[in-house]
Amino acid sequence: MKIDLLERRLAAQRAGQTTVLVTALKTGGQLLLGEGIALGDLTLGNEERAAINRAVIDDRSQTIDSPQGTLFVEVWSPPLRLIVVGAVHIAQTLARMAVIAGYDVTIIDPRSAFASEERFPGVTLATDWPDEVLPALKPDKRTAIVTLTHDPKIDDPALQAALKSDAFYIGALGSRRTHAKRGERLAGAGFDAATFARIHGPVGLDIGALTPGEIAVSILAEITAILRRDRIKAREDKAA
Amino acid sequence: MSDTDQILSEAADWHRSGRGVALATVVLTWGSSPRPVGSKLAVDDQGRFIGSVSGGCVEGAVVENALETIRTGAPKLLDFGVTDEQAWDVGLACGGKVQIFVERLS
Repeated sequence: MKIDLLERRLAAQRAGQTTVLVTALKTGGQLLLGEGIALGDLTLGNEERAAINRAVIDDRSQTIDSPQGTLFVEVWSPPLRLIVVGAVHIAQTLARMAVIAGYDVTIIDPRSAFASEERFPGVTLATDWPDEVLPALKPDKRTAIVTLTHDPKIDDPALQAALKSDAFYIGALGSRRTHAKRGERLAGAGFDAATFARIHGPVGLDIGALTPGEIAVSILAEITAILRRDRIKAREDKAA
Repeated sequence: MSDTDQILSEAADWHRSGRGVALATVVLTWGSSPRPVGSKLAVDDQGRFIGSVSGGCVEGAVVENALETIRTGAPKLLDFGVTDEQAWDVGLACGGKVQIFVERLS
């Protein structure tokens, strides 16, 4: 691989863009494709381009057969994102674990005493209100959003903004009773039951989590299970 | 930053500092191979490596091949699997098969 292809790819990734690297496995010839990018020494026919487009839509790296032998189509999507509302104790642990799991983490808390650099090294912090920050972050289908403050004044506007986004996961900390009350408030704000059902509450898989670390594990496990539900479903279909 | 980004950033740093570097990428898997397609291993000319293409089973053999690719510049396509005599030698005992593409960063 040429270093300029690699540098270009890393720059596109930092800019939040999807790129595709096509490699002819026989010769090692390569072509990097992306927004305004076509870099490399490989020439592709129309059928090959169509197959590459399908791989991009599926967001899945794969080999395809072509007249010039097997091509490896490597799809690189921007990093997964986790937006945490509430710079609370659990958020400190959750942010660290999520970074290890490959997420770009942003913490939102209008209370600047909570959202301090000292408490959250290496994480993006926003100290405005979530209903202002969240839409600006444009949560997409590779974004998970979790609210942790327990305070309706902060959590509710965040959840309303989250429900208007394409986020693949929305979770809210709080007991069943808290969650039921939350449902009533959001219904009053015009969100129907089906929309409210997008919120995972109480947040996280039920693994009896007690400590902040354990709660962070349960939340990250639930986010993973939703992210990878297609893999779980494929396995279940195969078994059936 | 994702796993792959970290490995590739580091590989780019190695290259900039004048070290010979090869990248190994899982391009095809069958059965219960431990690392998915796209998993990467970066190797330098001293045999130092980061990342993973098999969870430990075939890394040693991949590093050896990567060192040769760094020397010759010629890419390689490596097959490891249980039906392959050589695979047993290097210990892919997890029951899967993987195909790994090795290329020099130049």
